[in-house]
Amino acid sequence: MSTTNSVVASGSVSGAPWGSDAHLQVVPPPPSLGALGAMVEPLHESAKMSAVGLRASFGAREILKGISIPLYEKHVTAIIGPSGCGKSTFIRCLNRMHEVVSGATSVGQVHLDGQDIFSMDPVRLRRRVGMVFQKPNPFPTMSIRDNVLAGLRLNGLKVAEPDALVERALRQVALWDEVKDGIHRSGLSLSGGQQQRLCIARTLAMEPEVILMDEPCSALDPIATARVEELIHELKKDYTIVIVTHNMQQAARVADYTAFFYMGELIEHDRTDVIFTRPAQQRTEDYITGRFG
Amino acid sequence: MRQSIWPTPERPPLVPGRFRGDTHRGDRVFSWITAASASIVILTVLAMTGQMLASSWLSLETFHWSFITSLEWNPVTEQFGALPFIFGTIVSSTVALALAVPVSFGVALFLSELAPEWLRNPFGFLVELLAAVPSVVYGLWGIFALAPLMRETVEPALRASLGFLPLFSGPNQGYGMLTASVVLAIMITPTIASVSREVLRAVPRAYREAALGLGATQWEAIRTGVFPVARSGLVGAVVLGLGRALGETMAVTMLIGNRADISASLFAPGYTMASVIANEFTEATEDLYLSALAEIGLLLFIITVLLNIFARFLVWRVGRQGGA
Amino acid sequence: MNIRSHFTYRKAVDRIVRGLCLLAALLALVPLFSVLYYVTARGLGGISFEFFTELPTPVGEEHGGVANAITGTLTLVGLACLFGIPPGVLAGVYLSQFGHTRLGKIVRFSADVMSGVPSVTIGIFVYSLLVVRTKQFSAYAGGLALAVIMLPTVTRTTEELLKLVPEALREAALGLGVPQWRTTLSVMLRTAAPGVATGIMLAVARVAGETAPLLFTSFSNRFWPGGLDEPTASLPVQIYTYAVSPYEDWHSQAWAAALVLVALVLTLNVAARVLVRHRVR
Repeated sequence: MSTTNSVVASGSVSGAPWGSDAHLQVVPPPPSLGALGAMVEPLHESAKMSAVGLRASFGAREILKGISIPLYEKHVTAIIGPSGCGKSTFIRCLNRMHEVVSGATSVGQVHLDGQDIFSMDPVRLRRRVGMVFQKPNPFPTMSIRDNVLAGLRLNGLKVAEPDALVERALRQVALWDEVKDGIHRSGLSLSGGQQQRLCIARTLAMEPEVILMDEPCSALDPIATARVEELIHELKKDYTIVIVTHNMQQAARVADYTAFFYMGELIEHDRTDVIFTRPAQQRTEDYITGRFG
Repeated sequence: MRQSIWPTPERPPLVPGRFRGDTHRGDRVFSWITAASASIVILTVLAMTGQMLASSWLSLETFHWSFITSLEWNPVTEQFGALPFIFGTIVSSTVALALAVPVSFGVALFLSELAPEWLRNPFGFLVELLAAVPSVVYGLWGIFALAPLMRETVEPALRASLGFLPLFSGPNQGYGMLTASVVLAIMITPTIASVSREVLRAVPRAYREAALGLGATQWEAIRTGVFPVARSGLVGAVVLGLGRALGETMAVTMLIGNRADISASLFAPGYTMASVIANEFTEATEDLYLSALAEIGLLLFIITVLLNIFARFLVWRVGRQGGA
Repeated sequence: MNIRSHFTYRKAVDRIVRGLCLLAALLALVPLFSVLYYVTARGLGGISFEFFTELPTPVGEEHGGVANAITGTLTLVGLACLFGIPPGVLAGVYLSQFGHTRLGKIVRFSADVMSGVPSVTIGIFVYSLLVVRTKQFSAYAGGLALAVIMLPTVTRTTEELLKLVPEALREAALGLGVPQWRTTLSVMLRTAAPGVATGIMLAVARVAGETAPLLFTSFSNRFWPGGLDEPTASLPVQIYTYAVSPYEDWHSQAWAAALVLVALVLTLNVAARVLVRHRVR
């Protein structure tokens, strides 16, 4: 937390495994942290996860061509880029969901709290790195309540105070007041936006450390989208969030950091305001000004 | 493991033992169990093939090809030739197909193209029920309802109008090839109809709409837009029906008269491969007799399996065209 | 022929074909209603309290029943479910996950081959496999034969219905840190359960009426079987025996037994139907 550290940090970056990677941007933390000390907070204390030379393929097709990027703790990182740039594949690698599809492979490293996730049990990893999907996918056979408890129950866990847990998770996603009278209804009885918040609550109930969101609003109407964005804002106080979005305004609204992916490569990664106002790369600028993609 | 460049920050550790068990072990055990279950399916088919061959071996060795060319079936002299049963099976199935195919296609067209939407499901369900009635109940119904009707009304009428053909001449008792074929036709109609219906459904709407758009009537649209695409699938449906007819046992056994003769008349009693097994298997005591019956079972097995593979191939082809 | 009269001709052909199709559809249902009518009309008379509680009596004696055949059929179907459903469902689970592999394709092919094998052949198979070796007709053998008939249906139904469950649900569960096996059982199979249950009920309905394979496996028995390793009576075999006998009172017993069997089979079919409708909602 000291200013001297920050100097060292920028030096140490070049010695890092991914330091030699040409795409890497040294990213200062956002000014929103307020205090001057925080502004120059060294990288290494705030990166919750980091990818190091991550490559991923489906069969012979390489989707990610060596991604190195830190993901800062209790911040929102948005991944943007044109369709097929590998942004979904990237976050699916972060909790090893990529490899559940047959023919999918990955090489390189991803660290979670300094530990390589590929040496971890994927199931245990996914309990720490939760995921919210593009389309709301509540379990159709379960009630709203059971959906929230699903992760715990399916892991064979006895929940001491299930009602309190359900209420807390649903309050966290601001769904409680809307559903508290019909908590035993099917999860499918909710609107799309409510379903998506239910899915987020289901993820929160597992008490993850990182939440990955794969275009969580693409199936939602504008009002529901606004609710979810508000929610993301709330959640980043406690969680590290990575969100994939095809909507640049959304990235600008919710993210502290933004990474621009193109053709499986990380083109630029910086504070969101920097990416959107004075990007360093021509391709980034072309994309955000709508010249392609 | 590689040392990370970032030291671990403080975080609330997960309560130790919060999640039970080694997840890998569960997955391993489970995939092992499902693979073993899947293997049971393969093993059953292999065991069936092996066991049927083994049971038929004595007969195969003794009679070679004469088993399927000889007319003589005599347990007393231990001469076993299956030709009368093969003949009976072919004739009864052919007649059954001739009766069932037009009706089944009519049903399939009605259900997939012509019937009003609200009628399709209930009607389809009734056709399925036709398939659900047990064979032995059809047999019972055949003995007491169909056979008298055939004996007193249908067969005399046929003789009166078509009696110049050897097919419809000779004495008629109501039990025989024709009655068995009628019951077989009833039993295979739902099979042919429901597979045909699926085949017709698999033909993309655009095909018939193109014809309708050119001013064709509905029948013309079906004939020119649907049938050419569906043809092989419809043949497949018929072949599946044939497979069922060949193996159908109880109702036929109860109605065909069970006599190992070859007769030109459809009124005469006959015998099929399946019904000779049903009738004589528990009575057979000699090894060779049992083995001969098992060989008939083996023949039935081989024929129906080949027919099924062929039919599935045909039906599958339409599904693929339709999907393209 | 001018265009107008040609058009009239075409309209007429169209109408005739439609009429023929309707006729075919009605014709196809005549046997169904005839069977149902006969079974009800002739069967109801034979139904009595004794019919469900008494053993069969020799010809000429009044008040016989088919109690042993009813329990026998339930026993055989129960054994068939026991032997057939678990491997069938699990094999279906296997196919839904690994159906594209070489082994998967062989399994699917085997199941399709099996489903076309005549039931009488399966009877010979189980006879040679079990009855010859144990030198005993038994409920086990009958149950096994029926299980072999059920197995391919259960396998393929389970596979098809699991494939209908959205992949998103698997991902949702895996994303929550639920192990693969638990995901498959508690999420995928649970979601497909109504459909799988329907498929199983239809398979059960089919084997409950099977007769041919039982002739040489469970055989028949005029008395209560002493155990599962003894010959066991069943409704279909009893109907067959009574139907081909020359005795009037046995015939009426056959009709009554057929009524019970048809009621059982139709109930299963209708229940399966209702289950599907309930799922679709």
